[in-house]
Amino acid sequence: MATTESDQMAYIAAQAADARVNVEVETDEGMTLNLGPQHPATHGTLRIVAKLDGEKVLAAEPIMGYMHRGYEKLTEVRTYPQVTTLVNRIDWLGSFANEVPFILAAEQLMEVEAPPRAQWIRTVLFELSRIANISLFLGDMAVQVGATTPVFYAFRDREFVLNQIERVTGGRFHPNFDRIGGLKDDLPKGWIEETGAVLGKMRDFCDEMEELVLGNEIFQARTRGIGVIPPDVALSYGLSGANLRASGIDWDIRRDANVGLVYDEVDWKVWTHPDGDSFSRFWVRLQETREAINILEQLLGGIPSGPIMAKVPRIIKVPAGEAYVATENPLGEMGFYVVSQGDLTPFRVKIRSASFSNMSITPWLLKGVFVPDIISILASLYFILGDIDR
Amino acid sequence: MAEIPEHLLKRAQAAREKAEAEAKSSTGDSTKPEETAVTETTETDEEVILTDEKAEAALATLQQELEGKILDSHIATGRGLWIRVGIQDWRPAAKAAKEALDCKFFDWLSAIDWMPSPYGREHETEQDLINDDPEENDDKEMEWGYTGGETRFQLICRVYSISKKIGVMIKADLPDNDPRALSLIPIYAGANWHEREAREMFGLTFDEHPDLRNIYLPGDFEGHPLRKDYPLLSRRMKPWPGIVDVELLPGDEE
Amino acid sequence: MTSILALDPAWWQQTFLIKVPIGLLAVLLPAGTIVYLYLFKAVSFMQSRLGPMEAGPYGSMQLLAEVGKWLQKEDIFPTKADKFVFAAAPFVVLMSTFLLVVILPAGPDATFVNLDVGIYFAMAVSSVSVIGILMAGWASANKYSLLGGIRAAGQLIAYELPLILAVVGVVIQAGTMNMQGIVLSQAEGEIFGWGGIGNPFILTQFIGFFIFMVAVQAELTQAPFDMPVAESELVTGYLTEYSGIRFLLFFIGEFASAGVFSAIAAVLFFGGWYVPGIDPTNDIFNVIGPLILAGKMMAIAFLIFWFRFTFPRFREDQLQRLAWKFLIPLSLANIALTGVLKVVL
Repeated sequence: MATTESDQMAYIAAQAADARVNVEVETDEGMTLNLGPQHPATHGTLRIVAKLDGEKVLAAEPIMGYMHRGYEKLTEVRTYPQVTTLVNRIDWLGSFANEVPFILAAEQLMEVEAPPRAQWIRTVLFELSRIANISLFLGDMAVQVGATTPVFYAFRDREFVLNQIERVTGGRFHPNFDRIGGLKDDLPKGWIEETGAVLGKMRDFCDEMEELVLGNEIFQARTRGIGVIPPDVALSYGLSGANLRASGIDWDIRRDANVGLVYDEVDWKVWTHPDGDSFSRFWVRLQETREAINILEQLLGGIPSGPIMAKVPRIIKVPAGEAYVATENPLGEMGFYVVSQGDLTPFRVKIRSASFSNMSITPWLLKGVFVPDIISILASLYFILGDIDR
Repeated sequence: MAEIPEHLLKRAQAAREKAEAEAKSSTGDSTKPEETAVTETTETDEEVILTDEKAEAALATLQQELEGKILDSHIATGRGLWIRVGIQDWRPAAKAAKEALDCKFFDWLSAIDWMPSPYGREHETEQDLINDDPEENDDKEMEWGYTGGETRFQLICRVYSISKKIGVMIKADLPDNDPRALSLIPIYAGANWHEREAREMFGLTFDEHPDLRNIYLPGDFEGHPLRKDYPLLSRRMKPWPGIVDVELLPGDEE
Repeated sequence: MTSILALDPAWWQQTFLIKVPIGLLAVLLPAGTIVYLYLFKAVSFMQSRLGPMEAGPYGSMQLLAEVGKWLQKEDIFPTKADKFVFAAAPFVVLMSTFLLVVILPAGPDATFVNLDVGIYFAMAVSSVSVIGILMAGWASANKYSLLGGIRAAGQLIAYELPLILAVVGVVIQAGTMNMQGIVLSQAEGEIFGWGGIGNPFILTQFIGFFIFMVAVQAELTQAPFDMPVAESELVTGYLTEYSGIRFLLFFIGEFASAGVFSAIAAVLFFGGWYVPGIDPTNDIFNVIGPLILAGKMMAIAFLIFWFRFTFPRFREDQLQRLAWKFLIPLSLANIALTGVLKVVL
């Protein structure tokens, strides 16, 4: 930290030298292209420094931290119920899904279980967050390869889902609705029927995206065989979610390591694709959106009656212990490792966010591709800056 | 408002019937679906002892593979397996998990600073004082979590076996004077960024890591934010209002 | 146009009093119409939004507001830019557009110049804009601009060829390179002895029209060929460092060129200012001709924007492959076929 004036001047000079990189046209080993931190393709403040030979990428490296908010430190001074407000802002497109694993981890330590109705509603909101999140991906991927129209459809139709989330939780983006032991509130009247209608719209949206984007020859030419991730590499980098399934690995936390949510009650399928390229990642996410609609249609019909809150004390003290709970969030595996020492606040919370691991493969993956492929590969890996930087 | 489609109503009906049937049958016997692998054996009327066979088997495999290098282990039923190894066995333990247990999926790696915070919990408002005794935090001894510990910093890493559906948490104590460990990159390529994060946040060193630069923090940042003795400046400047509004639970009345 | 006024002014009076204002109008009016109708409105409806609604009725004054905004903005020069080249680039691009308008015939007598090698001239001056774009890309001292400029140069050169080769078919059929002659030969042509609608070349040269439109799309750097400005990769390519009036000039150049190329396509394939049912020598065409040409131009320009907002963009190498391996062989085959049929029939 700059303390004296000369220190400050040196710091400013160093920053300016950093900024000048953008102007120097030639360096010794190819051209350095600085994508970001302000760049139209990074939806957030990700910076990618690429060494180019012509348009070919010799090496590329993401530089993060422009949005690091220190949530792991902040959780240590907040009580358990206050933490959900923070973790809401990790993956800001599917916020409710962020709260669930933390709450489940705390519930595990306290050995309370949410009543069945709360579990069902949690699952419903979880899947709605998934649709809200991935539908935006479907449009965004198209805009990153140059088609401007699908993203407007995505924003339009996502709004229906956000409205439903808002009607239950009061917040479009940051619901802060999950509580240790249950939920803040019950569903409003008539909500289930309305959500059924919204799901119909989202099904049409998926069909529209399939015709407009997936079936387009140019889109296929841009994504097929681009950014191929073999299964072994995907596993060793800790890729999760649709990125892993697009590499042919049949693994879904909702099915294989489900904790606290009611996926066992419904009949659904895990989609995988053997290719591991950008196209298959798009395809898997599209199918997952449809599957989420399918799951929701089944869940909505069967929400059991009963209380939405278990008996928990007013002031929540979590017994000492450690728990790790991961859920299959829209972006991939999101987990919270909660260490409690029997206090009002967590002793340590390690946030395992999906995008951080998903993006860690990029230096490996971006070697030897062309500049336009940087964008399409990053878009297909689907990261959210808040989920990388936490 | 749209009608619920008929097929949904049928599904819902079926689901409800299924749930009811299960509720009835569960009073008779306590068998659970196979995939949970948690079996409940009712010993007495009140005490329920849970065993986790999958975790036991995994622990046995690791013990065989690591030949007594596991210092301590912990199985939380249905929640996973923790093992603790010496820092010299950090990489062999990961290797054993990958090869013997087929834990190919690298989940995450981080560290824990077990030192009690010298600043307390920074909850010094009146409301907090009612609920909590501030004296409690003074002169607190280090308390370790599962599998115990010996030193201030503990590395922790989680790997997962997709074929066996079991996750293992590997812990290792780092020496107080020189917290360094071997990098896991040769075994799990994904450890790269996680180790960079752990380094800058806790001030650890990973040998054989090719690129130990800061990942989040600016290059000239001083200190290691996740250490307990690193003050949270915003709290120093402006005290947290504390638990000012305790939310009513549904059904509660003021 | 002068003959209906029964006047015969001297050449300089024609040039400065009539042709310069009309030329300006012929560039700016279609550009403005295209921007408002297609870029603001039609596209908004395609993307299920309203577009501008507040400025004037249905937002029709939005364009003026935008122009006012751009004129007020500071004209920024990057520190390391090559100042003169940076400043001159938009004018070079705009010059290409103005030179293209010069040869457009809008009626039997309503022409700026009636060149014998009109279409040849048009193809030649259309490539001047490449120089402007390359200048802009180089002089900006920005890597995005440089990449964009180089991409543009590669792309425009690659698509110049199919563009010209597609026109060759029309020229063979019309037997002239004069734009007026091409219109007249369509107006006076016959389809198997039936002269009811003349012989618009779209019927015989549909392959040529397809190639022409693809090449025009690429020349205009519209999606799916917009990698020189690819905003998700290169920010806005060679336009990145431009602001204020210079950006406005680029903007006008882009959409005026879209209008002019549509008008050229209308002349080459849809009979230009001619509509069936009226004798092509009739003086009325000097009045309605410009309107007819504008109508046809707008219809063709709609295609350009329809494609622009539907397709994703190619990668640079895929674009080159499309030009050299598909469009150029196809246009050569088209020329051969046209030549053979011309001789046989």
